[in-house]
Amino acid sequence: MSHHRPPGAASGAGAGAPRPVLVPAVRVPERRGTEAALLAAAVLISVYGYVNVGLARHSSVPRGAAEYGAALAVLAAVTHLAVRWRAGYADPLLLPIALLLNGLGLVLIYRLDLETPGNAAAPTQMVWSTLGIGLFVAVVVLLRDHRVLARYAYVSMAAALVLMVVPIFFPAINGARIWIRLGALSFQPGEFAKILLAVFFAAYLAANRHALAYTGRTLFGRLRLPTGRALGPILGVWAASIGVLVLETDLGTSLLFFGVFVFLLYVATGRTGWIVIGLLLAAAGAYAVSTVEPHVHSRVDNWLHPFASIAAGQGAGQLAQSLFAFGGGGLLGTGLGRGHSILIGFAVKSDFVLATPGEELGLTGLAAIFLLYTLLVARGYRAGVAVRDPFGRLLAVGLASIVALQVFVIAGGVMGLIPLTGMAMPFLAQGGSSVVTNWIIVALLVRLSDSARAPRPLTADTGEIAAVRPVEGDER
Amino acid sequence: MIRHIRHAAVLCLLLLVALLVNATRVQVVNSGSYNGNPANRRTVLLRYGQPRGDILVGGATVTGSRDTGGQLRYRRTYRDGPLYAPVTGYASQTYGTTLLENAADAVLSGTDPRLAAFPLWNAIARERNPGGRVRSTVLPSAQQAAFSGLGGRKGAVAAVEPATGRILALVSSPSYDPGSFAGTGASDVAAWQRLTASPDQPLLNRAIRQTYPPGSAFKVVTAAAALDSGRITDIDAATDSPDPYPLPNTATRLTNESGGCSNATLRYAFQVSCNTVFGKLGDDVGLPEMVRTARSFGFDDRNLGIPSGVSESVFDTSMNAAQLALSSIGQYDTRATPLQMAMVAAAVADGGTAMRPYLIDRETRANGSVIAVTRPNALGRAMSSRTASLLQRMMLDVVNQGTGTSARIPGVDVGGKTGTAQHGVGNMGTPYAWFISWARPTGSGTAPVAVAVVVEDAAANRADISGGGNAAPIAQAVMRAVLGR
Repeated sequence: MSHHRPPGAASGAGAGAPRPVLVPAVRVPERRGTEAALLAAAVLISVYGYVNVGLARHSSVPRGAAEYGAALAVLAAVTHLAVRWRAGYADPLLLPIALLLNGLGLVLIYRLDLETPGNAAAPTQMVWSTLGIGLFVAVVVLLRDHRVLARYAYVSMAAALVLMVVPIFFPAINGARIWIRLGALSFQPGEFAKILLAVFFAAYLAANRHALAYTGRTLFGRLRLPTGRALGPILGVWAASIGVLVLETDLGTSLLFFGVFVFLLYVATGRTGWIVIGLLLAAAGAYAVSTVEPHVHSRVDNWLHPFASIAAGQGAGQLAQSLFAFGGGGLLGTGLGRGHSILIGFAVKSDFVLATPGEELGLTGLAAIFLLYTLLVARGYRAGVAVRDPFGRLLAVGLASIVALQVFVIAGGVMGLIPLTGMAMPFLAQGGSSVVTNWIIVALLVRLSDSARAPRPLTADTGEIAAVRPVEGDER
Repeated sequence: MIRHIRHAAVLCLLLLVALLVNATRVQVVNSGSYNGNPANRRTVLLRYGQPRGDILVGGATVTGSRDTGGQLRYRRTYRDGPLYAPVTGYASQTYGTTLLENAADAVLSGTDPRLAAFPLWNAIARERNPGGRVRSTVLPSAQQAAFSGLGGRKGAVAAVEPATGRILALVSSPSYDPGSFAGTGASDVAAWQRLTASPDQPLLNRAIRQTYPPGSAFKVVTAAAALDSGRITDIDAATDSPDPYPLPNTATRLTNESGGCSNATLRYAFQVSCNTVFGKLGDDVGLPEMVRTARSFGFDDRNLGIPSGVSESVFDTSMNAAQLALSSIGQYDTRATPLQMAMVAAAVADGGTAMRPYLIDRETRANGSVIAVTRPNALGRAMSSRTASLLQRMMLDVVNQGTGTSARIPGVDVGGKTGTAQHGVGNMGTPYAWFISWARPTGSGTAPVAVAVVVEDAAANRADISGGGNAAPIAQAVMRAVLGR
């Protein structure tokens, strides 16, 4: 597997290219300068937010602003250098967006720490973020070719299952068995399992997509159903997610696994029938579980009637408080540090973290955050379109879809669009496992986008036919 | 595969659109109803998140704010709470607001849009203005004199400046400390429960929220009606009044406490407070004219506000002759607030014009710049100026040689009228002692003060229960305070 770029490829025009190519190599801009500028902007915006909180709360620049800025700048520089060194053609937006979201998340957690003296979460989150960025660098540097991962498809699946099953043997925390607690340390293995499952799904579907695409009966002329034999895997995944839901009472993770699988199944086979079957299975599973499982049932009730507890004289519940926070923000928000999202109480720094920018930055700020996620997901998809191998495509789509679905599930949950499920807002929410996982996702997307855009020597071992037109995946 | 990746991307985009539409629903469309939800604590947190603006009496603040460090951060404090409670009212985090604290709440709490120098910018930046200040019309010396005069006895004092309607003193007794229940703690709850359970009703503002039968003090109104209607033209001419006076169509005979009332002149009857003369006079004047006159003083006006609501003083509009006769001496179901009776005295002193009483002199921003000044406003003409000057003469007689001699002040012309109002079943309750008066330095054309005093549980000795004995000295002290003598 020799996918290394020739030293001269970047300098263009095929001059001195060590191997013969069918078309003259076109100089692809690396855009590392753009990335550096965007990274600087991300650091500045984060520091501005940090200072803004201090000014709003104590009319003075908060202690540690310089340290926070310096730490963020160092992390940005390290990631940038790693990308420049080993993924020179990577999409220049991925890393700055991730850093900005992570920086904003730290600001939000620091801001909420001011309301909970004696329970400071920001320093811990900073440590986790650093660890996540360390893993980002490790992935970018060590994983030279994403296709290596396809070899470990079944290992990944096995590891993911173990990670998901282990928390069942640990005590439930706040109604969900998704934690492993060792002393003071606690983490959610399900977060890491997401990546492993994405790898497994991508590899499995890349290998079997033609078999799965083989259609069985046709309904209503257009809707082509898959054959019964091909239905096996989807039913298996469905059963696994229902198992997660019932055993761990974790609606969010279950929804996410299943959603990503259906997405990939559709992309791999191109059969709308899969979507229909997926939606039907999801609906049936959700309905069945919500009637059986009281934990899930109460979430649905709460979603339908968020103000029922007020009418019952018990005061505002968590979702009602969340809606009050968003409503209090209005169009422009109260300004950082000036809201009262702390009234949400439990999980305000994690699951409900979005309520704080919702109240303090308003619809305007919230839309900006949503757009950052959208850009991140879109860049992931773009890498999926541009990368050349089916596994890479499916992996990019899978990883981007994890982010998209996770944002939708938790943002929709805390804003009353769908029933609330405990889940971390990528990069923003307090939670070490989550931030580390998200950095690995971004690292993989950086790797995928790099191999999509890099001028590529044509080698026999990929088994692919060279493109007729100039290779510039980014513009296809 | 690329085509299907694009489809999946479009689906993700739809999810984003759903999030944005929902965010607009929550943050823009429903924002108002969420903010107005009583379970949403934001309104309260904002309200108590900054010091409340202060109320000033005589140029000095009588209120303050204390930083509790708690969630509801600033708690109201009061200097001389019981003294000024009938003026300021209370602003409690648990029990709401009353009186000035209520009437000027928007200014004090900082929500009044007039407080903003740049309203549009404030709306965008969500700046909350610092609470504005409210300057009261009350004169500290007069307030203190009235408060000390009552000395904890049940009763009330209202003093106004006749020419403007400015309220100079507003005292209700027994009083309470509004600071004792300003917060949300257990002690606040206990203080409130003790106050609301007290049979003395300390939270009741007797000066404006309690009506009493005005008794003989109402004879000022009856005399004004008799003079204005032309029923009496010469106050020194004998009236055609029997003593005792049989109430029309009844077996009841109205009597007097003092002698010489048979066919007495209006002036003498006023001076010694003949029930028989004024009872018959009211009946002679007739219901329509009595009602018209009473209303021109402010009776039967349920919208009177200073700006806090003043209880409606009542002169009944459908009565038979006997009831009218009793109402004309301030009995039957005639009722008046102390403030209303101060307005009666003030209208006489001011030459017949009744002014609307008011308690807020001006409202300013925290930096002192003025946002509103209250201008004097006439309620209307209560009587002709000739009638007013005749009544002034009669009221001077009361203090100089009649029932109100204990209100005399050297070098000052004091006009007054006593009242002793029967009440309770069969009139067995301890009577209310009234005194209404005005004062002007001798030789001066204008009276700077008019005052009404009511003492509920006046001294046990029934003979002493008279406006002259109990209420007049308090009125005198208030007038002295205003005049500085």
